Amino acid sequence: MLSLTSLVKSPYHKVPPGPKFFLLMIASIILFSIANIYFQAVAMAFVLGLYLWPGWAFFTSGLRMLWPLWPFVLIVFLWHGFTQDTQSGVIIILRMISAVALANLVTMTSQLDEVIALVTRVATPFRRFGLQPQILALSIAMFIRFLPVLIEKGGLLVQSWRSRSTRPAGWRVVVPLALLALDDAETVAEALRARGGIAPDEI
Amino acid sequence: MEKNIVIIALFAALISALGLVPKFTLVSGIPITAQSMGIMLCGTVLGSRRGAKAVLLFLLLVAIGLPLLAGGRGGLGVFGTPWAGFLFGFPFAAFAAGLIMERWRSDNIPLVAGCAAVGGGIGALYLIAVPYYMVATSSGLDEALVTAMLPFMPGDILKAILAGYITAGLAKARPHSLLSRA
Repeated sequence: MLSLTSLVKSPYHKVPPGPKFFLLMIASIILFSIANIYFQAVAMAFVLGLYLWPGWAFFTSGLRMLWPLWPFVLIVFLWHGFTQDTQSGVIIILRMISAVALANLVTMTSQLDEVIALVTRVATPFRRFGLQPQILALSIAMFIRFLPVLIEKGGLLVQSWRSRSTRPAGWRVVVPLALLALDDAETVAEALRARGGIAPDEI
Repeated sequence: MEKNIVIIALFAALISALGLVPKFTLVSGIPITAQSMGIMLCGTVLGSRRGAKAVLLFLLLVAIGLPLLAGGRGGLGVFGTPWAGFLFGFPFAAFAAGLIMERWRSDNIPLVAGCAAVGGGIGALYLIAVPYYMVATSSGLDEALVTAMLPFMPGDILKAILAGYITAGLAKARPHSLLSRA
């Protein structure tokens, strides 16, 4: 399973994810509470500096992760150009890029297993509200195990459609794919029960 | 118990698969993916609570850094745009769609599921996404409607109709699989 963790190592990789998430939260609150164009420009320059510090390769891989933002930048830019309120448009765009870039930075420099461990730890106090950390961990594991299976089955369905029809597969393939997911769920649940199931105290 | 957990995990995986397999583009020529249809299906097939949990699991995995959103996007960054209200609205959309499905006990599944998908996947979703956009960009309703609602509306209506037919197809093939009606 691919994750978005950067293969280009940086000093940020050594910081545990907990403090990084906390700092990200604080930074986002500050970014969203100050609507000043100079502050936002300096903030963005600072964020770009954070990306440049580990080196050029890290910087470019960071830019690649930011690239999907361009349609949003374009929409905000067009609207504010249309209403002739460019300054607030620029503030929104700068703030959006900084916030997304900082969040991406945390994602790029945190190992998936460390983050899953963090999520399970954070979920523990919610036990009294019915959120069981073990069940959450089991669900994440099952998801990661079954996503490639579903993608593969989806690909096979598309192929078999193609071999029978000249028209593209489209939405009709979703019905058998969802059916496969439902049937798999039945079998996997049975297999879990056969192996002792989930203990009642974990429910 | 086991089945609930497994089916929630598998439907979360189904939402991802619908966004990741590019061949699921719904109508040729228009680049809309089936991912938000997956959200609607979670509600119409699994019902309100299970549907919302499947979507929450999906969002959690996006947030911790798996590239699961359509186009291979993911990570915390996707929650930082003014359009993130759509992501935050997804669980409510699935919940509302499931609730309509559970309460409206007509046998005309394509109609009920289609309406549930519209109510949840469009009604509930935009009720969260549009105000979120307005707060995030300090904009007025007119801007939010033009920039956050209009571009997605035609695709979402189409997906809701398809979600109705797909739910009906599932109900026909596996009558007991429709947990929203169990």
